[in-house]
Amino acid sequence: MNGPILAARDLHLAFGGLRALDGVSLDLWPGEVVAIVGESGSGKSTLLRVLAGQLRPQSGQVTYRDAEGVAHAVQSLSDAALRRLSRAEWGFVHQSPRDGLRLGVSAGGNIGERLMALGARHYGRLRETAEAWLRRVEIDPGRLDDLPRAFSGGMQQRLQIARALVTGPRLVFMDEPTGGLDVSVQARLLDLIRALVAELDLAVLLVTHDIAAARLLAHRILVMRRGRVVEAGLADRVLDDPQHEYTQLLVSSVIAA
Amino acid sequence: MTETGYNFAYLDEATKRMIRRAILKAVAIPGHQVPFGGREMPLPYGWGTGGIQVTASLIGRDDVLKVIDQGADDTTNAVSIRRFFARVAGVATTERTAAATIIQTRHRIPETPLREGQILVYQVPMPEPLFRLEPRVAETRRLHALADYGLMQVKLYEDIARLGHVGLSYNYPVMVNHRYLMSPSPIPAFDNPKMHRMPALQVFGAGREKRIYAVPPYTAVHSLDFEDHPFRPIRADARCALCGSDASYLDEVVTDDAGGRLFVCSDTDYCGERQARQRRGEAA
Amino acid sequence: MYVAVKGGERAISHAHAWLAALRRGEAAVPELELAQIREQLGLAVDRVMAEGACHDPDLAALAIKQACGDLIEAAFLLRAYRTTLPRFGASLPLDTARMRLWRRVSATYKDLPGGQLLGPTFDYTHRLLDFSLAAPGAPPPAPAEEACAAAAAAPRVSDLLADEGLMQPEPRAESEPPDLTRQPLACPAARPLRLQALARGDEGFLLALGYSTQRGYGNAHPFVGEIRQGAVAVEFTPPELGFPVQIGEITVTECQMVNQFLGSRTEPPQFTRGYGLVFGRGERKAMAMALVDRALRAGELGEEVTAPAQDQEFVLYHADNVEATGFVEHLKLPHHVDFQSELENLRGIRAAAQAAAATLPEAAE
Repeated sequence: MNGPILAARDLHLAFGGLRALDGVSLDLWPGEVVAIVGESGSGKSTLLRVLAGQLRPQSGQVTYRDAEGVAHAVQSLSDAALRRLSRAEWGFVHQSPRDGLRLGVSAGGNIGERLMALGARHYGRLRETAEAWLRRVEIDPGRLDDLPRAFSGGMQQRLQIARALVTGPRLVFMDEPTGGLDVSVQARLLDLIRALVAELDLAVLLVTHDIAAARLLAHRILVMRRGRVVEAGLADRVLDDPQHEYTQLLVSSVIAA
Repeated sequence: MTETGYNFAYLDEATKRMIRRAILKAVAIPGHQVPFGGREMPLPYGWGTGGIQVTASLIGRDDVLKVIDQGADDTTNAVSIRRFFARVAGVATTERTAAATIIQTRHRIPETPLREGQILVYQVPMPEPLFRLEPRVAETRRLHALADYGLMQVKLYEDIARLGHVGLSYNYPVMVNHRYLMSPSPIPAFDNPKMHRMPALQVFGAGREKRIYAVPPYTAVHSLDFEDHPFRPIRADARCALCGSDASYLDEVVTDDAGGRLFVCSDTDYCGERQARQRRGEAA
Repeated sequence: MYVAVKGGERAISHAHAWLAALRRGEAAVPELELAQIREQLGLAVDRVMAEGACHDPDLAALAIKQACGDLIEAAFLLRAYRTTLPRFGASLPLDTARMRLWRRVSATYKDLPGGQLLGPTFDYTHRLLDFSLAAPGAPPPAPAEEACAAAAAAPRVSDLLADEGLMQPEPRAESEPPDLTRQPLACPAARPLRLQALARGDEGFLLALGYSTQRGYGNAHPFVGEIRQGAVAVEFTPPELGFPVQIGEITVTECQMVNQFLGSRTEPPQFTRGYGLVFGRGERKAMAMALVDRALRAGELGEEVTAPAQDQEFVLYHADNVEATGFVEHLKLPHHVDFQSELENLRGIRAAAQAAAATLPEAAE
């Protein structure tokens, strides 16, 4: 397969006088992890929502190339088509488990929901799959029938990842997946994500303000400030030899790990 | 003796036409809820105003009307609605399922199989099958449009995980014509299989929520389930104390306050016919 | 006519005189007697007693007359009177199982010991205006003996279910329950306090909340286990006697809703109860109260609290119509001091914005 899995060209979006996206372009290749870094208000979360079709830009194009190699203009997909893609080929991991999980539904039900939406109707096999995924994200399979409300923050995030990945997506959007977690918990979660991404050959767009997370997971990094991409390149190059003064500031503000 | 000062069957003809248009649309899109301009009726909301409006729009002078509530013709609300139509339409009424052309029902489907040409009108309190999972009407309409019914399947999954079986015993959701998720109204799940490929037209009226939906004759109606946890209709494991039926849906009657119970058919017509046949059999 | 702020006193006395004239209406029409209100507008009297939290049909009739038929205003009048009464003590709990029944219906059983007793009800009437009532007529015949014959033994449906172990038992409190009229409400409120607040609560508010639970805002699966209406004895134990004596009889309506409860890891599936009890024949209120009572138990039953009707603070702090009407209506009191400062503030901001816009040729980034 040739060509990027996701391509954005010259995206513009303003909220009142605030330019959230100001001429942003990017390419994401199959199996590639790209981190979008920047401080809050830089436009990185807005970019993620535009790329995933949840927000409409005022101008610009987002193109997704599906498993058959067919290109789709994300902004002109019907609700039904977009939902089909989000269910079958994409995954979304939110910063807050509240947004990514059904807290009143058991862990097994959370993992099984996407499969059921795609037509799975065998209870026993749904449970087997859910158990296998719990193991994969290092949650005791004995907690299959527990509500996520009873889980720790780190477990909730791991469950969210299982829920997003169970249908075998090709493209995963992650919005600050480690935000709000203790440092030790963050490290474990990052390790898990790194292993799963490599194993499943996922393309990932990772939004984070955590430079360490970007260094650990990403092949390439985009640095955003005030709605613009101020610097882009291979992760090690951007972090070890930042060119833009804003990137230099970001990198220097991180205590060396 | 019909009430003077009111049109035949209470509603004016323009309103009846509007409702019939909604019914036609509902028949054309089986299981889809069609909004309609529901009218105030002289009975309170929740007491069958939707079914009454549907019946009033469909009924003609030659129709024979049967009204049941909980399967029985002699329950107060059924009596009240039957009297209402006798009063405002002057049509013939019957308690015999086989003799009726229109059967308005609350909470049951008659035991006697319905045939072509009959119309079964259901009174529906809550037409939206997803409302317990998603109360916002705008969002449920979206879910129907996208045929996004994973949520309902998750609910069944959760029931099985917690209880070992689906926790719904009435108002058990069905898929109509492999497309729309539909509430069968609060009939016992026992009655669900009767909806599948029924020769009679089934029309559902929800007055308070102002929606009409329908299942045309011979349409596929499937109760949601899992391959390894198939749908199972539930009835009390007993025989009717009056007619001995072991196949009909039974009401439990408390006979004293020392735990005494007995079971009788909820369908009074079915039970009565069986008893009459048994008496004839004895006499012969 | 515009009334200047300081001319208040005269304006008020004029307004009240005008109200008194309006209350009386056309002088040629005979004046209402309290007995007429009490006897012929009984449901209004019942509602005012319930929301006024004071059982006295004559006082309620007076309040309705004085309030020109505004039932919330009448409940307010009755509350304001009630609060002046000394509190001698608490009666014994009403034993509704021993009620002298007029009406008793169960939606969960077709027939049951004691039978279904329809009693005086609007149910099954056709809502067609009865023009024959427009002119005075002879009083209708008294109800037939058999229609009002109280059932000999009519056990409560909740007790029938409880005997089978299907109904969650209610814990029996040994201590005297708190009194909402003596202590301020504090959340989380225990069920006795919640039930008191609901019993006094506004019928319309409870109706809307109860209705919302049926429409998916809250996890309700209610059945009317039983509605019973009739006369029940009020008993009191005077300290000097040490044994209970009957001090009177009141009419009440009780509604017990039976609700599904799927059970949890620790509790087997069983039915749970929503309870409603009101003075008089306020059946709609009793039913709504039972729905809301059950919704408010979501937290203690381990159900997810998502809907307004399940939110204690939301329900209990807004159910009282005397409180609500006071605060809503207080908005018409003068607020010009605060408003003046808002005016100045807004003018200042607008002036600054206009000045800034004038100096900038184009909006900068």
